[in-house]
Amino acid sequence: MKYEAVIGLEVHAQLKTESKIFCSCSAGFGADPNSQACPICMGMPGVLPVVNEKAVEFAIKAGCATHCTIADYSVFARKNYFYPDLPKGYQISQFEEPICSDGYVEIEHNGDIKKIGLIRIHLEEDAGKSVHAEEWVPEEETLVDLNRCGVPLIEIVSQPDIRSPREATLYLAQLKRILEYLEISDCNMEEGSLRCDANISLRPVRTEQLGTKTELKNMNSFKSIEKALDYEITRQTEILNRGEKVQQQTLLWNADENRIEPMRTKEESDDYRYFPDPDLVPLYVTSDRVAQLQKELPELAVEKKRRFMKEFELPAYDAEVLTASKNLAGFFEETVALHANAKAVSNFVMGEVNRYLSENKKGIEKTALTPEKLAQLLDLIESGAINLKTAKLIFPDIVRSDRSPEKIVKQRGLAQVSDESELRQIVQEVVRNNPNETAKYLAGKIKVMGFLVGRVMRATRGKGNPKMVNQLLLEELNKRKHD
Amino acid sequence: MKITKKEVKKIADLAKLALTDEEKEKFTRQLGEILAYMEILNRVNTENIPPAYHIHETKNVFRKDQSEKWLNQDEATANAPKKFKGYFSVPKVIRKG
Repeated sequence: MKYEAVIGLEVHAQLKTESKIFCSCSAGFGADPNSQACPICMGMPGVLPVVNEKAVEFAIKAGCATHCTIADYSVFARKNYFYPDLPKGYQISQFEEPICSDGYVEIEHNGDIKKIGLIRIHLEEDAGKSVHAEEWVPEEETLVDLNRCGVPLIEIVSQPDIRSPREATLYLAQLKRILEYLEISDCNMEEGSLRCDANISLRPVRTEQLGTKTELKNMNSFKSIEKALDYEITRQTEILNRGEKVQQQTLLWNADENRIEPMRTKEESDDYRYFPDPDLVPLYVTSDRVAQLQKELPELAVEKKRRFMKEFELPAYDAEVLTASKNLAGFFEETVALHANAKAVSNFVMGEVNRYLSENKKGIEKTALTPEKLAQLLDLIESGAINLKTAKLIFPDIVRSDRSPEKIVKQRGLAQVSDESELRQIVQEVVRNNPNETAKYLAGKIKVMGFLVGRVMRATRGKGNPKMVNQLLLEELNKRKHD
Repeated sequence: MKITKKEVKKIADLAKLALTDEEKEKFTRQLGEILAYMEILNRVNTENIPPAYHIHETKNVFRKDQSEKWLNQDEATANAPKKFKGYFSVPKVIRKG
């Protein structure tokens, strides 16, 4: 039997606020354990949580950017369970009345646009961090750090609209891009500021009834998500093909061993015994407030991509790559303002700049590269002062150095050789020194042209003006044809 | 009877309370009485009335997003029966199984 996968994702994103959601402790990452905690987030008796205005604002912005309905009235609820990293014995979350609902995110797959529905976005607090896997932790102990307790999160719950692991990662990438553009989350999967769980079931193709689902947790990279979903689809297919039933359970992805391990039998939702938190008063959001926040939204990646295609006449692929991050898109636009050949800027950014960024694992904002430097470098190529090869060669220097690209070219003696008599002399020499190849060319093997060009470029130490080298070489070879 | 002994046991388990058989009987009776009393509310017609999630009329009480230092690590862990390198230390929690 042929099955199709039905996948829904639950994404948790840490909000980039200065303080926690219900108390004034710092929400910063990486501090010493238990140095950012107070009686409120540690669950001491008699304390009163008060909600952080910014966290609410961020959640509304996330809702606006994903076409959600923003609730004019929403409430906080207690989700009760026991775990050492949750000192209160309950997590403050939203249950019956979430702040955002009924939205969607658009993904583009094989040229088609598909809407992935959102059931809801709600606000909640993060739990603390348990440490036990590390070597330095004493055996038979779990260590608890409460710094993360009370850090604001939004949980974004998608409809089960996702049909493949590929769609799942496209959706997550799109969502990540939206949150980054809004500047409401760092979305760093390694640091855990973006986390993703998946619900997955199979059903025979062209049927409506949903199968029994399992929940997949602990996937902390895009690669993990794709691999874990692939693994789970195969596993469920095998179970169904044997005529057995899938058991509803929670599974953990083990990235080291590339396999899935069962966690615990899934608790019924009721077991959390949600009830409205009496310590927190309801949130009322007026339509004016929503309209105001809607107006504050920046241009989002999807819009920016469309604009880049139109305004700079870029192919869809270029526009997609350039808008991957807001900072990169901004960098591109600033460079184009200084060097008008947008396609040349795009090519260089997608090639050399992105390569440099991924090799150094940095965002553009963390490098010393400026739009001015890149524009000057591209000016040098356009004017013929250097060729593209040289530009690529000196690029790492351009990034790091305070000197202008022009100065670097001069100091390293890399100016392009465009002097005709100088080049012609070299070309003639190459032709003379490579009689076999020359003969082959003259016999009609045009392919050896590449070899000869290579020889000339080597003789100029890569500085020959490629257009002129080609032209002069043709001239010299053709001369011999007539001889 | 508004609540069964089995339900009382389930609630106790979820709250990690160990009840004796006698206590289970007692709480089943007492909780049943409370629930029966609350039944009075069902006589009120609540059609078209939205649920009240909160007893106060107050709404939108916010804090500004500003952080301040409250406790340091030693103070935060001062009451911990066991700690290790600034962490609270508890018996190993195994998430599997």
